[in-house]
Amino acid sequence: MLTSPVGKKWVMALTGLFLITFLMVHVGLNACIWADDGGIMFNAAAHFMGSMVVIRIIEIGLILGFVIHIIQGLVLEFQNRRKRGVAYKMSLGSRGSKWYSRSMGLLGTILLLFLILHWVHFWIPNRSHQGWLLGEELNLYQEMKVTFQQEWVVIVYVIGCISLAWHLLHGFQSAFRTIGVSNKRYLALLNAIGTGFSIIIPLAFAMMPVSFYLGWIK
Amino acid sequence: MEHNNINLILKVWKQKNAESRGSFETFEVNDISTEMSFLEMFDVLNERLIAEGKEPIAFDHDCREGICGMCSMYINGRPHGPWHGTTTCQLHMRAFKDGDTIVVEPWRAKAFPVIKDLIVDRTAFDRIIQAGGYISVNTGVTIDGNAIPVEKENADKAFAAAACIGCGACVAACKNSSALLFVSAKVAHLALLPQGAPERKERALNMVAQMDKEGFGACTNTGACEAVCPKEISIENIARLNKEYALAGFSSDK
Amino acid sequence: MLDSKIPSGALENKWNDYKGHCKLVNPANKRKLEIIVVGTGLAGASAAASLGELGYKVKAFCFQDSPRRAHSIAAQGGINAAKNYQNDGDSIFRLFYDTVKGGDYRAREANVHRLAEVSVNIIDQCVAQGVPFAREYGGLLNNRSFGGTQVKRTFYAAGQTGQQLLIGAYQALERQVALGNVKMYNRHEMLDVVIIDGKARGIICRNLVNGELERHFGHAVLLCTGGYGNVFYLSTNAMGSNVTAIWKAHKKGAYFGNPCFTQIHPTCIPVTGDHQSKLTLMSESLRNDGRIWVPKKLNETRKANDIPEEERDYYLERRYPAFGNLVPRDVASRAAKERCDAGYGVGTTKQAVYLDFKYNLINKYGKAEANKHGIENPDEETLIRLGKEVVKEEYGNLFDMYEKITGENPYEVPMRIYPAVHYTMGGLWVDYELMTTVKGLYCLGEANFSDHGANRLGASALMQGLADGYFVIPYTIGNYLADEIATKPIPTSHEAFAHTEKTVADRINSLMGIKGKQSVESFHKRLGKIMWEKCGMARNEQGLKEAITEIQQLNKEFWSDLRIPGETNEMNPELDKAGRVADFIELGELMCMDALNRNESCGGHFREESQTEEGEAKRDDANYAYVSSWEYKTESNWEMHKEPLQFEVAKPSQRSYK
Repeated sequence: MLTSPVGKKWVMALTGLFLITFLMVHVGLNACIWADDGGIMFNAAAHFMGSMVVIRIIEIGLILGFVIHIIQGLVLEFQNRRKRGVAYKMSLGSRGSKWYSRSMGLLGTILLLFLILHWVHFWIPNRSHQGWLLGEELNLYQEMKVTFQQEWVVIVYVIGCISLAWHLLHGFQSAFRTIGVSNKRYLALLNAIGTGFSIIIPLAFAMMPVSFYLGWIK
Repeated sequence: MEHNNINLILKVWKQKNAESRGSFETFEVNDISTEMSFLEMFDVLNERLIAEGKEPIAFDHDCREGICGMCSMYINGRPHGPWHGTTTCQLHMRAFKDGDTIVVEPWRAKAFPVIKDLIVDRTAFDRIIQAGGYISVNTGVTIDGNAIPVEKENADKAFAAAACIGCGACVAACKNSSALLFVSAKVAHLALLPQGAPERKERALNMVAQMDKEGFGACTNTGACEAVCPKEISIENIARLNKEYALAGFSSDK
Repeated sequence: MLDSKIPSGALENKWNDYKGHCKLVNPANKRKLEIIVVGTGLAGASAAASLGELGYKVKAFCFQDSPRRAHSIAAQGGINAAKNYQNDGDSIFRLFYDTVKGGDYRAREANVHRLAEVSVNIIDQCVAQGVPFAREYGGLLNNRSFGGTQVKRTFYAAGQTGQQLLIGAYQALERQVALGNVKMYNRHEMLDVVIIDGKARGIICRNLVNGELERHFGHAVLLCTGGYGNVFYLSTNAMGSNVTAIWKAHKKGAYFGNPCFTQIHPTCIPVTGDHQSKLTLMSESLRNDGRIWVPKKLNETRKANDIPEEERDYYLERRYPAFGNLVPRDVASRAAKERCDAGYGVGTTKQAVYLDFKYNLINKYGKAEANKHGIENPDEETLIRLGKEVVKEEYGNLFDMYEKITGENPYEVPMRIYPAVHYTMGGLWVDYELMTTVKGLYCLGEANFSDHGANRLGASALMQGLADGYFVIPYTIGNYLADEIATKPIPTSHEAFAHTEKTVADRINSLMGIKGKQSVESFHKRLGKIMWEKCGMARNEQGLKEAITEIQQLNKEFWSDLRIPGETNEMNPELDKAGRVADFIELGELMCMDALNRNESCGGHFREESQTEEGEAKRDDANYAYVSSWEYKTESNWEMHKEPLQFEVAKPSQRSYK
């Protein structure tokens, strides 16, 4: 059932919604940097997340979510591209749909590249420092502060966040359609929430490297 | 109604048969009344081609009043041309200006192979209906029509979904060549009515499976189908299908 | 001698008695019997599905790319049934009576009564299939009224009733295809009937994709191929609608009944120019809410909305106060022609009248809605706005269609309409069992001549198509096939198949071999012009005689100067069209002969020689109360057989809608 065209949609929607909830946790946690207390609050929060067994087990699910969403997304993109056969001379373009809704594969790929960099920066060093178990963590606040002194890194992060915004703008409401919300009022409400979410969350993420780079926080 | 005559350049896909390779040919058409329908403009061109001893352009058409679903041209990058909620046969030349170039292509999808020129094979849609797009009731073994009350809102929604003419514009417009709007319109039409309830699970599963088998792509909710549908079938129906599908998947033993 | 096989007994018992006594075929034998169904509109699809359900082996053919495209799909207004859900005095008898009277007493009583009886089953059947008929807030079925009746008995689905009914039948058909009971042949056109030992045993058809001729055997053959209105070139029919299947059958021995009976529909969008390829109907249901008028002044130049109320001539309400705008189609059409001929027509061509919704928009719907919303003393603007909402729900798609075609907004300005060819009451002669004069060859739906007499009432075509397919043929065909159970399928290598295929191939080759200069379309247009002018809304002896000569001349020219591009063995729409037009030309001649013979006015057939002093149609029951049934002899040579019509229950009276 999950391998049919509609089943695949469900997989994308459910993993997508799961990743959206993760984004909320992630942004909330990281917002602690703006306490501007030299990272005390942020590191405490990071420690809380990194040292609790339950959270670390959920993290495995999160990784799975990422992997499934990414692989399924790429597979779908390639399968769908093959269904046309001969290409049109003139395309419908944006007369029928938003460009970002047609570019989820591209936006997703940019996000994937960004993610790899992001993991290399923080998650992998930290977890390996922990010996992949519950060992002692790095001072992540310090890591951020150092990493975000590099101009190119900041630029890449901002691009990543912009891609995330567009990806979410379609993904958020699309996920709800996929899980069967067909009521006009709820869809309108979800669209509004989705738009707000897609702007606020990536903006908050983008401001983090920018804040460090411009020295708004010490 | 005021009208005037215009001159146009047409770039039309010509393809002898399913096996051969096609290409675009350019035609000039002059003195076209803006009161003509788009297909009448093609009639004029074809009459001229016949007079010149050339082969006319083959295209599908029948009722010419926007309901049979047979006409199928992809005009300037949009199925059925520039007018919203309109089939090619109802598109009129008022939509164009003197000197315009119009590119006309067949529906493009692997599941809709070209037969000749602008004519494609849409029998895949019939096979999707065969997979479950019906209510299994034999002739004559029924109860009184008014014995089955239907909530007006549901009846209206079912009608709106049932208005689909099976033209395939949704497939032509979808970047994934997905037929999910077509499939969902039928699933929604029948699921919204009490008569359709007994078979709703199997119907959703089987029709989606057949769509996949026919080589249509998967839906990614871009909404292009809804935007070009000549009968303005809503993508709400796709959401409805998704729900039907999940319910069926979790509760049916098949 | 024609035997209509009408069962004896009282009118209301005939069908029940027939069903109780007709022969049956047992289930095991049904599987051995093959039936060919040509055409997949309401009649064909419902017949193929129902016969498949019963267990017969069915092969169904259509020339379109899918059975769902058949032109039944374009029927707009609705389908009649004697359900009396409105409690307004309807009954089977009234539907029967209205239909016989509406048909101007030129239909068979027994057939019409059967039609009225099964009409109620049709609605039940369609509801069970999931046809989304319009409903009231209480969840029950809604009705509207149509021309020629004084009750509300028309079931509808907005302005797309035909579509919804056809999709219902199509789905039932596809279900049988999936079950393997029906084999479907799309893009196939029947080009001849194969007759062996006096019985129809199969067809020759052409695969329109690759041009190959194919032979198909059947123990019986059903023709459900619709009407032949396209003989007039411009009509509300689909471009592909044609007479070929029944014409080939006619030339093989099936008599043609009442060929001249053509329905001219009063409310169509007027012709705009020579480029016109077809005419579009605006449903008769619009006459529920639209008022028809022309200016009282000759050569009126003001715009419709600028003409004050007292200077408008609501000529239908004036001439026919009892039925007003809801007189039957033939009456409404002639009245429009009369006004236009007298010089009161509107629009650039002066060949149109107004159909105006403003009055009911305000007074009927606007006020009701205002009442519902508790708005006191609403101004006109509010009433129009509220009325629009309701009209949109009832006829939205028709108004949109009108605007697309004409560029005018009918919510703001009155529609311009004019009569156009819509339906043909004539068709192959069939007996009570729907069998033609060729054994084993049946004809259903619009293609046969049976139930509508000289004029069909609105919303009755859908009823007849479905009645024939769902509820009549499943019984009557058994009565024939019960004697065929011992007949083994005849291999298509049989000499009769080979011979028939050869005549079909020869004809195609001669068409391709003409290599003249003029296109099929140009001949078709010329034929249409002759037919419309001389065998259209008004006919007279001189015109009809001229028409016959002109058509014979046209036929000669066609066969000597036709140009068909392309090849035989490929998809070739021009060749398909050529075969159809060739048959239309021959049919046109027969229609004129029939119209010439019938020197009376009845229903849609108006002979100028036979009218009252007020210009109303004058029927001549003493001399013409018969079905004229034509037997093809040789080219331009037919013999007419009369089937006398007896009216035991619905006694003929001069039709009056005043």
